[in-house]
Amino acid sequence: MKKLVSTAFASLALFCMSTAALAAPPIKIGALFAVTGPASFLGEPERNTAQMVVDEINKAGGVKGRKLELITYDTGGDATKAVQLANKLVKNDQVVAIIGPSTTGDTMAVIPVVEKAQVPLISCSAGIKITEPVKKWVFKTAQNDTLAVARIYEQLKKEKKSKVAILTVSDSFGSSGREQLKALAKHFGIQIVSDDTYGPKDTDMTPQLTKIKSAKPDAIICWGTNPGPAVIARNAKQLGLAIPLYMSHGVSSKKFIELAGDAAEGIRLPSGKVLVADLLPKSDKQKGSLLAFIKDYQNHYRAEGDHFGGHAWDAMMLLKGAIERGGDTPAGIRNALEATRNFAGIGGVFSYSAKDHAGLTKDAFTLVEVRKKDWVLVK
Amino acid sequence: MRSDRIKFIVFALVVLLLPLPLSGGYLTNVLIFVGINGVLALGLNLLLGYAGQISLGQAAFFGLGAYGSGVLTTQFGFNPWVAMVVVALSVAVFAFALGFPVLRLKGHYLAMATLGVGVIANIAFNETVDLTGGPSGLSGIPNLAIGTLTFDSDLKNYYLVWCFALGMILLSLNLVNSRFGRALRAIHDSEVAARVMGVNARLMKVQVFTLSAVMSAIMGSLYCHVMTFISPTSFGFSFSVEILTMVVIGGLGSVYGSILGALLLTLLPEMLRTFQDYDIIVYGLLLVTMTIYMPGGLVEGIPALFRLIMPTKKGTEVGNA
Repeated sequence: MKKLVSTAFASLALFCMSTAALAAPPIKIGALFAVTGPASFLGEPERNTAQMVVDEINKAGGVKGRKLELITYDTGGDATKAVQLANKLVKNDQVVAIIGPSTTGDTMAVIPVVEKAQVPLISCSAGIKITEPVKKWVFKTAQNDTLAVARIYEQLKKEKKSKVAILTVSDSFGSSGREQLKALAKHFGIQIVSDDTYGPKDTDMTPQLTKIKSAKPDAIICWGTNPGPAVIARNAKQLGLAIPLYMSHGVSSKKFIELAGDAAEGIRLPSGKVLVADLLPKSDKQKGSLLAFIKDYQNHYRAEGDHFGGHAWDAMMLLKGAIERGGDTPAGIRNALEATRNFAGIGGVFSYSAKDHAGLTKDAFTLVEVRKKDWVLVK
Repeated sequence: MRSDRIKFIVFALVVLLLPLPLSGGYLTNVLIFVGINGVLALGLNLLLGYAGQISLGQAAFFGLGAYGSGVLTTQFGFNPWVAMVVVALSVAVFAFALGFPVLRLKGHYLAMATLGVGVIANIAFNETVDLTGGPSGLSGIPNLAIGTLTFDSDLKNYYLVWCFALGMILLSLNLVNSRFGRALRAIHDSEVAARVMGVNARLMKVQVFTLSAVMSAIMGSLYCHVMTFISPTSFGFSFSVEILTMVVIGGLGSVYGSILGALLLTLLPEMLRTFQDYDIIVYGLLLVTMTIYMPGGLVEGIPALFRLIMPTKKGTEVGNA
């Protein structure tokens, strides 16, 4: 009898301990995305993807036996709100790391907050200012615009085209692109013969295109996000321009082909590999991650995963790896993040270092062309 | 008059003691923005609620203050306090010069003209990339400092912003109860009658327009030093409309109403986060309900609500007896 009681006690104690282990508090991760407002085309897939990744990780047993909890707030693309919400994540929710925000402006605004609170931030926006100069607590997953520019210029050089006209949108994406287009031109022996901008809400770009036509460039490079570039594609077709048209990675989703219709035919753009995942050779390191992401996204949301969602996928997976290796403290995660090497994600193969918190090379981009309403690789 | 003074002292005490139970948490941060938005709403209320002149370009003056201070301190190495004074004075001159032609207009035309000013300012912030950093914003703005005291925490910034705010509230309270304030209300009721009575309506409208612009600009300077980063999206047309909403929801022609409106509109989205994706719908519904059932704004609506509840209680008691 005594033995029975003691076994019962022992098993009860064991049971209690095991439930205590099971009930270990989840690791809190913050997320800031512009789910509403003008940048919602970035924020929504990012939010969906981040939630999806967390659900999948938890379903598979969490990270080192502990579940993750994702706390997402919507910045609406407003810098003031982003700062307030970053404060909320850090002070009230006490998260160990933050992913997002979606736009460069929001990211620049929250950097002082995370630097002071010493919480790692993995931004999903592309602006080069975010990681140059390197900030101790700030990383990013979206490819630098420089890499996309370099990819286009490389192709032009190969085809011996040297005179280009650039047409950029007057928002943070466009102005960053314009800066890089001008900065890199010399290096590739490219001459910019015409430099124009258009407003994010403009509905007719014929005047700019007419001006460009008279400058007789070998190629036009347009830098913007939907719907502007689609309007430009249509206008160019109406004007009968026979000049090759290059777009930025800002429109690398099926949505652009839908918006531009027939006018999209023949347009080229640098893109993350997610668009052409199934066309990639088996030797490509990213292929596994890409196909997994596309399949999961299809299962969860019955929609095609795009490379914006991919930024959030990369951020979450980098974070997961960092927690596995560095523990659940902000400092541990930061150090482990910085030590990440050769992580094949959606945006490219990431290798962070103390001097590089962007972690990608120009191989992150492939050049694609629109043919018959679908993408093909440009060789 | 004495009750006004007591009201202000009570209000100031509440403001000064409020952060203590919050112990530097996230709400302190939100309350900094309540202070900034409150003064912006107050500035517009002086113009709209008292003098009856609408402006849809308040965000432009706020932005001029922010960008003025931001650019002068980061690009030209000005001391932040000097920059603030320089910017406030320049905005005063600019608003005064602008006021004369613009305020000749009335009603919708005035709304359109001020809206135009707002849009032009926003385009200027966006396009002067070399100076303002353009759409990707201006970073690295220093915090304000007095001697060795640097305003680098939420709590310090809270007291900094609210000291300015309390000063401007006191100024506005004195102003609206002065001869000037009475003349403004006369202009609001009938500009012709006011002129007949010897009020220089044209000059006074420009003066109050300038005052509201300067108040906004000073808040802009504070905003940029609190945030240490600014981008044009914070100073767009939608923000002008938000300030207008604060004034209308708070109560036209009420100093405290502006602060109440700013408090509600800044805190409400935070409280509604529990609704997640539906927060915008709830937010909209609440605003619509308030404008329908509290046309005088919160300052009149809340006491009215109170009276509505109290007598019914008494009524039922009487009925029972």
